[in-house]
Amino acid sequence: MTESTGGIDFEDEDASGVIKKFMFVNRKAPYGTIYALESLEVVLISAAFDQDVSLTFMDDGVYQIVKGQHTKAIDVKNFSPTYRALEGYDIEKLYVEKESLEQRGLTEADLLVDVQVMSSAEIAKIMSEQDVVISF
Amino acid sequence: MLHIVNKSPFENRTLDSCLRVALNEPGAALLLIEDAVYAASKSGSFESAMKDALGKVKVYALWPDIEARGMQDRVIEGIKMVDYGGFVDLVAEHSNCQSWL
Repeated sequence: MTESTGGIDFEDEDASGVIKKFMFVNRKAPYGTIYALESLEVVLISAAFDQDVSLTFMDDGVYQIVKGQHTKAIDVKNFSPTYRALEGYDIEKLYVEKESLEQRGLTEADLLVDVQVMSSAEIAKIMSEQDVVISF
Repeated sequence: MLHIVNKSPFENRTLDSCLRVALNEPGAALLLIEDAVYAASKSGSFESAMKDALGKVKVYALWPDIEARGMQDRVIEGIKMVDYGGFVDLVAEHSNCQSWL
């Protein structure tokens, strides 16, 4: 600690670019509530902080990344193409729970981004390894 | 009576409650809107419940909501699509309606 910084040590480990594992858990359908869009906004912001970011889609959240969304007639922004841009922000860990897909009669081929389909048990493991889990 | 449901059947018991009641009424109609249109999609957990409903009442789904959610190629056969004008017609044709919120 130094006098000149008012007691704040800028060489402290917490301030020197520690990378934490952040997982965003998406469980809501895309247009019925604002959660899906808000999650996507926060994910894009998190990309600016060079953290280890992953996204999990489960329950109705899997509907966020279904192909073929056309929202012109409901007069709402179609934000689904944005998921395809996440790769450009180095967000490439997209996990989808297999059980959620199956309940909804969906397969990986129905999704508009490349994902890793995982069982509930595999999701549980990867979730437990996170530093921060943010749920939408 | 026209029964209108707007909640995803996977997240909420609204559709089950609606069907439990509405299927007793000959001449009832069910309209799926917003997130309830997911109930109209093939090969999911609700396909058998919807097929059962189709045998007893008329079932409609709001096309703009189907299209927004990318469900246009997955709709169970027998469910009729309506646009906003058709929605208004259904409300006008029935003596009363209930929105199952």
